Amino acid sequence: MKYLVNIGLETHVQLKTRTKMFCGCLLSTESEPNTNVCPVCLGLPGALPRANKEAVKFTVMSGLMLGCEIARHAEFARKNYFYPDMSKNYQISQSERPLCLGGSVEIHEGGVPSGAPKRVRINHIHLEEDAAKINHYARHSGVDYNRCGTPLMEIVGEPDLASPDEAMEYLQKLREILVYAGVSDCNLEDGNMRSDVNVSLRPEGSAKLGTKVEIKNMNTFKGIHAALEFEIARQTALLEAGGAVVQETRRWDGDLGETFSMRTKENAHDYRYFPEPDLLPVDLSEEQVEQWRKALPEAPEAKRARFQETLGLPAYDAGVLAAQKPLADFFEATLAAGAPAKLAANWIMGDLLRLLGAASLDVADLRTVTPASLAALLKLVDAKTVNGPTAKALLEEIFKKGGDPEAIVKERGLAQVADSGAIEALARQAIEANPKPAAEFRGGKAASLQFLVGQVMKLSKGKANPKLAAEALRKLLS
Amino acid sequence: MSDSSLDVAHVCALAHFDLSPEEMARFQRELGPIVAYVNKLSELDLTGIEPTQYGQPVANVLREDVVEPSLDRETVLRNAPDASETEFRMPRIVE
Repeated sequence: MKYLVNIGLETHVQLKTRTKMFCGCLLSTESEPNTNVCPVCLGLPGALPRANKEAVKFTVMSGLMLGCEIARHAEFARKNYFYPDMSKNYQISQSERPLCLGGSVEIHEGGVPSGAPKRVRINHIHLEEDAAKINHYARHSGVDYNRCGTPLMEIVGEPDLASPDEAMEYLQKLREILVYAGVSDCNLEDGNMRSDVNVSLRPEGSAKLGTKVEIKNMNTFKGIHAALEFEIARQTALLEAGGAVVQETRRWDGDLGETFSMRTKENAHDYRYFPEPDLLPVDLSEEQVEQWRKALPEAPEAKRARFQETLGLPAYDAGVLAAQKPLADFFEATLAAGAPAKLAANWIMGDLLRLLGAASLDVADLRTVTPASLAALLKLVDAKTVNGPTAKALLEEIFKKGGDPEAIVKERGLAQVADSGAIEALARQAIEANPKPAAEFRGGKAASLQFLVGQVMKLSKGKANPKLAAEALRKLLS
Repeated sequence: MSDSSLDVAHVCALAHFDLSPEEMARFQRELGPIVAYVNKLSELDLTGIEPTQYGQPVANVLREDVVEPSLDRETVLRNAPDASETEFRMPRIVE
């Protein structure tokens, strides 16, 4: 029998606020243990939480980017459990009245670019606080409460994903959108984006979902993909052998490449949610939501489409330039400074990305080449004031030391020689100095022309327009 | 009067309360009438009535995202039953 797969992801995203969710303690992964803590995040009796407005805003902005309905009225709730990572014995979360409802992420069927468009539904997005970090030593465990109270946004997806590849595309798209919106760094190594993954199998033709298995706290995309592949194979083998899948939480062991059952107690999931009496509800007015909506950046998908439709860029170029917001911003600022679109796209995707890659530098940290200086350089290229190789050398120089391309060109007389009389004189000189290649070209060896063009370039100290040089040589040798 | 909707053993397990069988029986007996009394509310038709969760009609008491001073670590760890120089110390948890 053939089985169909249903995968659902609950993704926790750390919001990029300066302070914690319910107190003013600094958020930093670089501080000494237990130095960014106060009575609120330590859970001391009588300490009162106050919700961070920026975290509410970031969650609503994420909801708007993902097409959610924004709740006019939201409430916080207590999720009760006992574990040393949460000293007050409950986590403040949201249950009945989350901030965002519905929404979706657009992917492709099969998780491949050629697949048909597919909408993966989001059930809701809620806001909660992270727990403390527990470190394990030989004889004891230690608790560091610096992370406790970090704002986490939980995006609860519906089980609409049909394969590990679709799950990958969903996570990549989600990450792209959230980084774009500026609400999270979504840095996987730092655990900024962690997912609980659930997966179930059902026989083909059956609409009813199979029994699901949950794998908790996965923080790498690769790990999620591998865990899903393992789990699908395990469940398929189990069902084919006539067995049944047990609803349980399993743990992924990346080193062994297997999932293992975590024997959790039956009643461990009885979190006894109830309204948080220490926090008042959040009522969002139409004006407030509209104000935040206006501050939203253009979504990556919309940007890709615009680059293709209004700038006439090929799909590939639009995809590369829109994938990262800093790069898209740099590209658009270069256009705004007067560079032609296709030329700017070529130079940014080619030479600039190559230079950045070689220097291990992010475009956001680039200070030498600015959109204005790149635009100035491209205008010189477009007007044929400088030739290709000169422009390339100029970009490398500006990348290293900064500077104004126009000024450099003027100062060093780098403007290309486009005067056909001057080029013809150089061509004549090149032919006289190299009679053999000239004769070969006359005899039908086309490649010899390139050699002669090279000689003209050399005589002009790189400033001749190579196209005009070739024309002049052809004319003289015909 | 006892109430079957209250399972004292289950509640104790969730709350990590360690009670003797005698105590369990006593609480089951004594808490029953209290739960039954609260359950009287469900005799009313409350269709369309939102639960009263907040005493005052106030909302949006939010904080600006501004850093405030934290406590110094010595103070933080002073009340801990056990601590290293940097962390709260507890028996080793096996994952």
